[in-house]
Amino acid sequence: MTWAMFVQHALNGLTLGSLYALIAIGYTMVYGILRLINFAHSEIFMLGAYFVLWGLTLFYLPWFVAIVVAIVVTAAIGILVDRVAYRPLRDAPRISALISAIGVSFFLQNLTIVAFGALPREVYRPAWLENPILMGEVRVLPLTLFVPTLSFLLMLGLVWVVYKTKPGLGMRAISKDIETSYIMGVPVNRIISLTFGIGSALAAASGIMWALRYPQLQPVMGSIPGFKAFIAAVFGGIGSIPGAVVGGIMLGVIEIMAVAFFPDLAGYRDAFAFILLIVILLIKPTGLMGARLEDKV
Amino acid sequence: MASDAVLETKGLTMRFGGLTAVKNFSAAIPRGSIVGLIGPNGAGKTTCFNMITGFYKPSEGQVLFNGADITGAPPHRVCRSGIARTFQNIRLFGNETVLENAMIGCHLRQKTGWWQAVLCLPSNRREERAIAERSRELLKVVGLQELAGEKANSLPYGAQRRLEIARALATRPAFLLLDEPAAGMNPNETQELMGFIREIRRSFDLTVLLIEHDMKVVMGICEHIWVLDYGEMIAAGPPEAIQSDPKVIKAYLGEEALAHA
Amino acid sequence: MGAKTNAILNILAAVLLGLFIWWAEENLDGYMIQILNLIAVNIILALSLNLIYGFTGLFSLGHAGFMAIGAYVCSILILAPEQKEMLFILEPAYDWVQSAQAPFFVAVVAGGLAAALFGVLVGIPLLRLGDDYLGMATLGFAEIVRIFAINLPRVTNGALGFKGIPDHANLWWNFGWCLFTLYVIIRLIRSNSGNVFKAIRDDETAAKAMGIDVFRQKLLSFALGAFFAGVGGALLGSLVATIDPKMFTFVLTFNVLMIVVTGGLGSITGSVLAGIAITVLLEWLRFVENPVYFGDWELPGIPGMRMVVFSLALIFMILFRREGFMGKREFSWSWAVGRFFKKAGRHGI
Ligand SMILES: Nc1ncnc2c1ncn2[C@@H]1O[C@H](COP(=O)(O)OP(=O)(O)OP(=O)(O)O)[C@@H](O)[C@H]1O
Ligand SMILES: [Mg+2]
Repeated sequence: MTWAMFVQHALNGLTLGSLYALIAIGYTMVYGILRLINFAHSEIFMLGAYFVLWGLTLFYLPWFVAIVVAIVVTAAIGILVDRVAYRPLRDAPRISALISAIGVSFFLQNLTIVAFGALPREVYRPAWLENPILMGEVRVLPLTLFVPTLSFLLMLGLVWVVYKTKPGLGMRAISKDIETSYIMGVPVNRIISLTFGIGSALAAASGIMWALRYPQLQPVMGSIPGFKAFIAAVFGGIGSIPGAVVGGIMLGVIEIMAVAFFPDLAGYRDAFAFILLIVILLIKPTGLMGARLEDKV
Repeated sequence: MASDAVLETKGLTMRFGGLTAVKNFSAAIPRGSIVGLIGPNGAGKTTCFNMITGFYKPSEGQVLFNGADITGAPPHRVCRSGIARTFQNIRLFGNETVLENAMIGCHLRQKTGWWQAVLCLPSNRREERAIAERSRELLKVVGLQELAGEKANSLPYGAQRRLEIARALATRPAFLLLDEPAAGMNPNETQELMGFIREIRRSFDLTVLLIEHDMKVVMGICEHIWVLDYGEMIAAGPPEAIQSDPKVIKAYLGEEALAHA
Repeated sequence: MGAKTNAILNILAAVLLGLFIWWAEENLDGYMIQILNLIAVNIILALSLNLIYGFTGLFSLGHAGFMAIGAYVCSILILAPEQKEMLFILEPAYDWVQSAQAPFFVAVVAGGLAAALFGVLVGIPLLRLGDDYLGMATLGFAEIVRIFAINLPRVTNGALGFKGIPDHANLWWNFGWCLFTLYVIIRLIRSNSGNVFKAIRDDETAAKAMGIDVFRQKLLSFALGAFFAGVGGALLGSLVATIDPKMFTFVLTFNVLMIVVTGGLGSITGSVLAGIAITVLLEWLRFVENPVYFGDWELPGIPGMRMVVFSLALIFMILFRREGFMGKREFSWSWAVGRFFKKAGRHGI
């Protein structure tokens, strides 16, 4: 493998990884607060991409407007899902909410099939995204630079929200101890809604960039990236936002590199992540950056 | 005395991160005695139970049961070797009936397993009938025979505590640990409980270690008392000696009380 | 009611079922018979998941994986060697795949045993995990099975899968296995071993304190459940005659989960009733997805609608009737007889 190819693979890995990271943040934030694996998150990711397509083809919105509208609508749907399907189950056994989430996931996926059909849809890409940039011997698509940069900016914004604003303080309080937060007067439900909104917006952003990178939309397109992002969140230590970012990027790079170095195993590409999940859960269930929770007897 | 100790702990220590919940806990329990483990809230009493019964792996130290080292053995092994316990916050099998709760305790010593049950073998049927019979007898011992068919989580508090003891007895222990058995009981029930603990010690040939905040119970039935404070054993001895030990009074009531006394 | 009466009534019910099957084979059309077959298979699958999740509290989402293993093993054993030579066009099958042969019954048992073996192999590492993580990890296992099925063309014929699997799985076999599953699980659940499973579900810590080797018991329940899931998969393969990796996606697990949750976690009766109801509904709703013709005029079908309805139903179920239709209650003859006489009595006087 030449040096140039290695750099190219690394950049591709970084691109894929930052897309995983953006989704993983939503999983990790919700899990941190509610101890719920938001199974429907992968469909939120998918919807973000579909809404842009809808905005472009049905309402003839300009690109930029279509993207903003899609992100806002997707965030609203994320919040709605929590309101309708998870909030009534806050006091129920934990698995009930997970089953509800699985139901929501199938519901959104099939509703999309009803609305858009099950067949893949091509996405038209603006021309300036198509022309590769030559940097020495390395050929990169503009997206390969654009996606990690934008993701990085979004994550910076998130860090600012979580660590520098009052709602962010609320989030951190709830994830430490939800009962006490209620007593201390933290507006728990509003902050949970905000968490779902932010997580969904980031997933939508990821979905839109995904659609530009792999320009084909399918109602089931969220499943595999969603699952891998969940794995990335576990890998990084579920509940930890930096963990989700690091986990996502590492997973993306590992995946691309593994296929690059062992092309024979390309067919097993999707299995890597699942095997990784099982291995992490067994040797370090708290992930790279997670805190250890003792079982009290 | 140590030679006839049922249980001996040597330098048991439990650390949670920076917190040392129990420090250097060494004690021996004479066979057939009733020993009380007391101390203020958070002193580390339950943590001692958890280390003895295998729920926590001690950071340091040893647990010897009948001379055999059981340190770090998983809870089910510890139970098999003859140590049973109850929990401070009652842990019954809530969806199961009272009788089933007791029968589950018998499973440990059951010889026939699932496939004999599936094949309807007579050996299994005989054994399960015997188990049901024994469980009923145990329920009679704790006075729950009338409630055998009720769901465990529908019982009143005191009855739940007694069912936990019956369930522990079903495992045929030689050594029984009771974590605050009188908590939440009314004075009447408490009085009965004291007689009951003495009674089961005799009829089941038990050694009993109990944690209790109710001093009437502790002083009434324990032959030895150990006092923990901040994870350290600050006193040990017969009830009369403990009652007048200044260190104990200080631990429970603070400096001033001692000054006034 | 005495044990003897109960046994007699049970046998009577089995005989009635036999008579019904005999009648159905003569009188019902292929479509109806197919639905009856699916009912039997779905009941087997639901009972197996109920054992794992409803009775032992292990939230497993790996059913599709176990079913795939059962289906592939059984199919390889019952496909004729000539058929296999024709099927494996991408790459020739390994010799042992090519030559493996067994009668249908043995093949189904082998499918179940293979699934159980995998149940033990993945259970040993995974059953240490708590509820939701266990669910995700077992879901991961099911996906791994699928990915291997695609990538091992010399065993599974890759993405093309098998076609023309001999249709041995008729009503007699399917309902026979269904009754067998029902029998085993009822015996198990009513025994003290069943009590132990339920104890682990209710409070794992307390179960440990009772001297129960929780891990071993979980593994037992998981392996038994996997066995019956494998059997269900094997029967399904022979029933639909075609299997490929696309068939064993998460939707399959979802449908079984749906039946178990709707019927009631920890209710055998619930799984049986919901198995019947949901199979019928699933088939009936197929109409929604196919075009409807009024003379020349065509109302187009709506693809995806069926799963929209079903996922909504699951959400409603978990939101408003979490314990399912049966809760943890069970059917018993004394209850049925009691009901019957109460009604008869009211009418009589
Ligand atoms: N699993 C754990 N992780 C962290 N700290 C623990 C754990 N278990 C116990 N502790 C801490 O160890 C200390 C001793 O607790 P323990 O439950 O043994 O007290 P106790 O004497 O039983 O008190 P009480 O009378 O209130 O039951 C407490 O500070 C408690 O918070
Ligand atoms: Mg305590």
